[in-house]
Amino acid sequence: MSTTARARRMAALAAHAATPHLPVRAGEGEPATAAQQGLIECHRCSAVWQDAPEGAACGRCGARLHRRKRQSIALTWALLVAAAIMYLPANLLPVMITRSLFGTQQDTILSGVIFFWVSGSYGLAALIFTASFLVPLFKLSALFVLVAMAQRHSPWRRRERARLYQLLEIIGRWSMLDVFVVALLSGLVRMQGLAEITAGVGIAAFGAVVVLTMLASLSFDPRLTWDTDTHAMQDDKTTT
Amino acid sequence: MVCEGCDAVFRRPALGRREVARCPRCGTELARHHGLQQQRILPLAVASLILFAIANLFPIVEIELRGLHSQTTLVGAVVVLSGEGMSLVAMLVLATTLLFPLAQLLILCWVLVPLARGRRARGFAWMLALLQSLRPWGMVEVFLLGVLVATIKLSGMATVIAGAALWAFVALTVLLTVVVSFDPRGLWDLAFPADEEAAA
Repeated sequence: MSTTARARRMAALAAHAATPHLPVRAGEGEPATAAQQGLIECHRCSAVWQDAPEGAACGRCGARLHRRKRQSIALTWALLVAAAIMYLPANLLPVMITRSLFGTQQDTILSGVIFFWVSGSYGLAALIFTASFLVPLFKLSALFVLVAMAQRHSPWRRRERARLYQLLEIIGRWSMLDVFVVALLSGLVRMQGLAEITAGVGIAAFGAVVVLTMLASLSFDPRLTWDTDTHAMQDDKTTT
Repeated sequence: MVCEGCDAVFRRPALGRREVARCPRCGTELARHHGLQQQRILPLAVASLILFAIANLFPIVEIELRGLHSQTTLVGAVVVLSGEGMSLVAMLVLATTLLFPLAQLLILCWVLVPLARGRRARGFAWMLALLQSLRPWGMVEVFLLGVLVATIKLSGMATVIAGAALWAFVALTVLLTVVVSFDPRGLWDLAFPADEEAAA
């Protein structure tokens, strides 16, 4: 806790002063970043500390202070690759098995979409196609772009990349839709001999894709998108 | 304060009611007004807990097929799933639709009740940390959409009757959206006012 004592809470920044959030400028019109100013924000309680060493405890909530999420790039890559691998069985294996008087039918995610399309529910087909096929694919490719660009400290379209990350955080959860649908159907349709729906292995793979991509986007540090070479490089070295 | 999206440093904005401050550089939400928040959130959280009980005790939908009836609750569906050897998926469904939202609500009550009397709950830091990490994982609204899709899927082959829990889920989704949309980070400043004054 001696390190905490040395860290001084930023009085000027915490003060309830000034009208609409004015960025603190660091010349050339660019907002100053906390990393440049020797500030660390506590990831848990948002208290801002000056000159606190990496890994010191936050004086307010006790969480460890880090300039960036630790091992963000390596961790995100690992989760992303795992999710991409699981994406194959998720789309190839049956997610739902229907046994009825007319025989047994195995449905993958895409065949479920086709079923809706053929039976005339175009809106529903589009909804499931988007939530179960497009969104996971979009998440995988978007995260790939974000991590690859952050790793190379690319200044390319930073603002758009930041928007992309925010979009990922909003839409990520909605791909769980198919997992819930299958869970409900298999819980509901259990009429022995007449009609019975059971969950297929594909849904486990699909759930894994959703969880892994959500974990990947949580472990990605959006601040890495904005880091200029020197700061980010330093940080990569200290954290990995 | 520091933007969590791009690390830019800002002076803390003075926000009016319903105002939200966004980072002009990357668009990440910086802060939102939390004036009457705790007074309003607590009753909503309690109401959500009651709806939660209804939503999980009564069947969500019932189907009828040639005189045969079948109905399920959320927990019922989870039990069936785990019986089919899908225990991991069952746990995922149970956690995202029941355990996590329930934990969020209970933590909110646990933290807000003492805070209303100006005291800090036991384990405040851990509770808030948990609250913040649970935030992305509660998926009641996605589940509700799942119920609708499943209903439409079945409507072709059987008669589908909405259960009491379905309406509770609809109401719960609305309430949870309000309850969860509030920023737990604001609670830190409410719970540590002395700290703020010392800093200012």
